[in-house]
Amino acid sequence: MENHDIPTRPEETLDGTVVFNVPFPKDLKDLAGMAPVIVKQPYHIDYIHSYGQDSPFFAGLANRRLLGSRCTACGHTFGTPRMSCMACGGDCEWVELPQEGRVHTFTVCHFGSEEFLPECPYVLALVEFEGVDTLFLTRLLGVDPARPSLDWIGMKVRAKFRRLSRFKPTDVWFVPA
Amino acid sequence: MRPVYAVTGGVSKFAKARPDRTFQALVKEAYDYALKDIGLEPRQANDLVDGTVGSYFSDHFQRQLMSAIMVQDYLGLVPKPGHRVEGGGATGGLCFQEAWKAVAGGDMDVCLAYGFETMSHVQTWKGNEFIALASDVSFDYPVGGFYSGYYAMMVTRHMKEFGTTVEQMAHVSVKNHINAIYNPYAQKHLRITIRDVREAPVVAWPLTRLDICTMSDGAACAILASEEGLARIEKAAGRSLPKVRVTGIGRGTDAMRMADRPHQSFEDFYRYNALPNEQDADSRAYYKDLWDRGFRYPGVHSFRAGRMASRQAYQRAEVTDPLNQIDFVELHDAYTSSEIQTYEDMGLCRYGEGGRFAESGLAFMPGIEYGLDLPQRPKCSVNPSGGLIACGHPVGASGLMQAVFAIWQLQGAIGRHFGNDRLQVRGARRGAIHSHAGTGTYVTVSILEKED
Repeated sequence: MENHDIPTRPEETLDGTVVFNVPFPKDLKDLAGMAPVIVKQPYHIDYIHSYGQDSPFFAGLANRRLLGSRCTACGHTFGTPRMSCMACGGDCEWVELPQEGRVHTFTVCHFGSEEFLPECPYVLALVEFEGVDTLFLTRLLGVDPARPSLDWIGMKVRAKFRRLSRFKPTDVWFVPA
Repeated sequence: MRPVYAVTGGVSKFAKARPDRTFQALVKEAYDYALKDIGLEPRQANDLVDGTVGSYFSDHFQRQLMSAIMVQDYLGLVPKPGHRVEGGGATGGLCFQEAWKAVAGGDMDVCLAYGFETMSHVQTWKGNEFIALASDVSFDYPVGGFYSGYYAMMVTRHMKEFGTTVEQMAHVSVKNHINAIYNPYAQKHLRITIRDVREAPVVAWPLTRLDICTMSDGAACAILASEEGLARIEKAAGRSLPKVRVTGIGRGTDAMRMADRPHQSFEDFYRYNALPNEQDADSRAYYKDLWDRGFRYPGVHSFRAGRMASRQAYQRAEVTDPLNQIDFVELHDAYTSSEIQTYEDMGLCRYGEGGRFAESGLAFMPGIEYGLDLPQRPKCSVNPSGGLIACGHPVGASGLMQAVFAIWQLQGAIGRHFGNDRLQVRGARRGAIHSHAGTGTYVTVSILEKED
């Protein structure tokens, strides 16, 4: 196997020359062997995304409050809020979650989706809260991404909030408590 | 329900990029192969086919909506009935089962199931983004949406709870890559070692590049038929065809958000999720001990959807002891870790035993040199084709690729299709195919059997 730490070729990117003409055979029979013509088709969208019934969660983050939900019928408590209970189908009400929990599991992402590539390496974690039945996905900061360890599981962590809210779930993140 | 036969199938060559063909022509490549194998001309086949089910995962990769109808017209199958199914990574498995339903329910006598994905149309990083959009865009995606990251979190927990090791995961990578050396359809032909897997670049700790499948361009198709449909195909082909029957299908689901996974009790596990081979006193004691030590089901380490799909398919196909009653499994190994998790869901071993099962040798192919010291002889080969890890994972085609390889195994025809018979499971009578979406959101299991 090659050593992947030392690059052996430059990164392929989608910028470059635009071609205005290609060679073409005299005899149409020769078209069967023609190489494919490949063009760039850009596509950009801005969505008008509503958080709908989940909106109070994001308003909560802007006010340094971490909200979950609890089923009014069976009491199942959700660490990531949902207004319809997955356990019984009952309606849920908003509850405030403790701002301290423990790392249930985690990973360090060294690659990712295009949007998050500049942030690599970053640590994703699922956090568990005392008395809450489900988990919460978040970024874990304040740990060294170069030295991941299974011992991080079970670590006490606490929530921190963005001062200038972006109304995204990353308005909250966790650090070792 | 009527008996349903899987008559023939075809697979395009899976590759990182196939700019030489549009998606319609890739499907035609697979379809033409399937027809040629039973000696039918497209015109004859198109008279016999009653309708189709099309399978592709993401509209984003083509930047083309209604791609399936473009395949249908390219193949010359308009104005016959057809529709598209979509369910993430399980799209191909769902497609196979929808075709089964069309035939079993009496709507069609001959149904073509086809699928494709052309993932090379965007850069890998953009492709990761498209795939990550199959996670909750309010709560999951914006945190750093990346499927390899999600699966890494699952296996980190698996390691913590059960002592599963990265070397055990690497056994899966070595097995599947080396199997694929003998499969000409596979995208990758790599003879690798445990050390290669561990020294490859880390993508999401602890998963390395060799623990993870790659994006791919490819297509696959299978033709399913009733007894009547099969008789018509045989008449047109002018010969009797080997009989492979689909004896059971099963499906399960789970919550989109991994964070929402419940933590069921021991009692509920035995009420809803346990398999027939886990009903003995020893297994009950084993699980009771797991629960006493804090295990909860399914948690983030297990796929309840995969278990429910297996349970339903096994019940219908009368499988009570999967490891001993199934000759081979083609399962959705998008990650080495998810192959280990799936051993457990499918009952090839108990929950928590997947890591040890991976290195036991039971899931390897006999007669192939892996360069590993395996304590046990192969019993139920898992991913003899090389799986998604080595074949590639053109999402909408993957589940159908598994179906095609299973049909060929049960027809005893691997040698003819692969140009060598190293991957032919000797005396194969029953195989299982397993297709899987999201973080375990949709899972399908189908059982195929050779009929004399």
